Amino acid sequence: MDKLKIGLPRGLFYYQNEYMWKYFFEMLDCDLVVSPKTNKEIIGLGEKYSIDEMCLSMKTYLGHVASLVGLCDYILVPRIDNYGRMNQSCTNFLAAYDLVNNLFEGKLLNYNVNYENGEIEEKAYLCIGKILGKNKKQIKNAYQSALIKSHKQIKKQCINSLNKLKSSKTKILLVGHDYNFEDELIGKPIIEYLTSESCEVIKCYELPKEVTNKLSFQISKTLYWKNNRENIGAIPFLEQSVDGIILLSSFPCGPDSIVNELVIRRVKLPILNLVVDDLSSFSGFETRLESFLDIVKQKIMR
Amino acid sequence: MTKILAFPQMGNYYVPANYLFSHILNLKIMPPKKITKNTIELGSKNSPDFVCTPFKYTLGTMIECLDDGANVVMQFGGGCRYGYYSELQEQILKDLGYDFIYVNLISAGKADIKKIYYKLKELNPRLKIVKSLYYLLIARFMVKYMDKVDDYIRHNIGFEKNYGEFEALNGKMLKEFSKVKSLFELRHVYKKYFKLMKNVQVNKPLNCLKVGIIGELYTIMEPFANYYLERELANYNIEITRFTNVEYLLFQKGSKLKKYIKEAREYIKYNMGADASDNVARTLEMCKQNYDGIIHIKSSFCTPEIGAMPIISKICEKYDVPIIFFSFDSSTSEVGIKTRLEAFYDMIEMRKKK
Repeated sequence: MDKLKIGLPRGLFYYQNEYMWKYFFEMLDCDLVVSPKTNKEIIGLGEKYSIDEMCLSMKTYLGHVASLVGLCDYILVPRIDNYGRMNQSCTNFLAAYDLVNNLFEGKLLNYNVNYENGEIEEKAYLCIGKILGKNKKQIKNAYQSALIKSHKQIKKQCINSLNKLKSSKTKILLVGHDYNFEDELIGKPIIEYLTSESCEVIKCYELPKEVTNKLSFQISKTLYWKNNRENIGAIPFLEQSVDGIILLSSFPCGPDSIVNELVIRRVKLPILNLVVDDLSSFSGFETRLESFLDIVKQKIMR
Repeated sequence: MTKILAFPQMGNYYVPANYLFSHILNLKIMPPKKITKNTIELGSKNSPDFVCTPFKYTLGTMIECLDDGANVVMQFGGGCRYGYYSELQEQILKDLGYDFIYVNLISAGKADIKKIYYKLKELNPRLKIVKSLYYLLIARFMVKYMDKVDDYIRHNIGFEKNYGEFEALNGKMLKEFSKVKSLFELRHVYKKYFKLMKNVQVNKPLNCLKVGIIGELYTIMEPFANYYLERELANYNIEITRFTNVEYLLFQKGSKLKKYIKEAREYIKYNMGADASDNVARTLEMCKQNYDGIIHIKSSFCTPEIGAMPIISKICEKYDVPIIFFSFDSSTSEVGIKTRLEAFYDMIEMRKKK
């Protein structure tokens, strides 16, 4: 029998669950097809299937899904509702499955995480394992070992980024969603520019998430989006050791529109707020980044 | 210092809110303010760029009320982004230099009666549970009766013989509602006016045009936010159905949502946040009941509704029912909306005649 091919769209959910999915499906003896890094073609596909007002990240996600249709047996589109009352998700994460299901032909692999209703992550993975026709023991084993392995990877990342703090270069903290910063066209040019200007870049999502999640209360007490809490929690965590903060959001991201404004009003470090809408040119950002770096460097000199 | 309470307006619902708080809290309450162009300008000026429009409206109202001497501001909160408004609004108002108490009744999307009670207790230390529960009950029934009357009016207002009769009666009813002393009296007033409204002469043809309105809750319920869309539709002699009201959001949604998702299981499997799934199911329902057209309204950048829109248009395409999407922003021009609405009306009328 041929191995099952599982398609993973490189967007929204991908970066958070990258290792987990990789090891889990490896253990279940499935092949993975990851959509290519975002390029012009994918953006074009995304624009074709989405409507104008959707946020840029959702548009690119739909583009990634479209590029996978026909190349695999299943496309994995989870639905992540919440990890408890104060750890909810943006509504795009709730709607992604239904949206993809209506827009595209082809089989979808879907799981639902909703801790408030008792649908915990392990249950969700059991559910997808069953759809793939594996037995319960096999799935549980796969889940456990994937969990351990992915934790190891994440720990490595954390140690790596904490080590960066020791360097003597200008240290910039990037605050924003991982699916924006890791995206080839949205966030990568910014990171590349910063490193070429000899800055040390620390990404908020490569820090220990349990810590940043709790620390976010120092900035906002009522914030209830998991991703945003983990992101902005990085600010009190590293406030003493970084020189500047760059906020990145895609236009018109719902949670970011409110949270970023609050961060700007409450945090005293130099902050640059970047909103990505159009992916065609980077020169506008370059000017803004350049002047921001000038300000930060001047501040250090004093 | 006397405390003066102010809260953002939504449609006619200030009447039960006003009634409830004036009886249980020992405070002065700021008389309701109509939203004007000035309110929106104030709100937009002080809001982040791409936040949804209700944020701007409510912030604008708060600034106006604080300018007029209020010093306690109340926000209700809810699901989606609405639940998180309060913290930023408080910060913005403080940065503007106002001195006030900010009360947010519902946080993180779900109402917790105990928390609400403690928050109100802070405002009025002499708050009594039994008394407040009684007035809460009256307010709850007031909402129910208001929504029932509203539904009746919406079905018939396009066909009244003497223009303006319904609105005048509704206004009178709300005035009497705000003066009732007991549940019994409330029911009496409601019955009296409902009878009067049934006696209003209407000239309704059997196969009139039927249009359903769905969409995001604030824009639907606050007439200023949708540029009096319903009144405009009534001028075209259309029977209007609207599903979202406070009665539904507070008391029925919990039980109905599962049913809705089950009915529309061909298209959706999960709750898609806020009212998105409800609207998909309602679209399907209306398509099956042969409505002549559907109007979907939302404030711009409303994420849950944006997620539902492709599915809604897919359903409408399948059942061949015309649908029009309106996205309201603080800078939307009224004329543009009127033109689009007129064209939509012409189209559904022509389809009906065929």
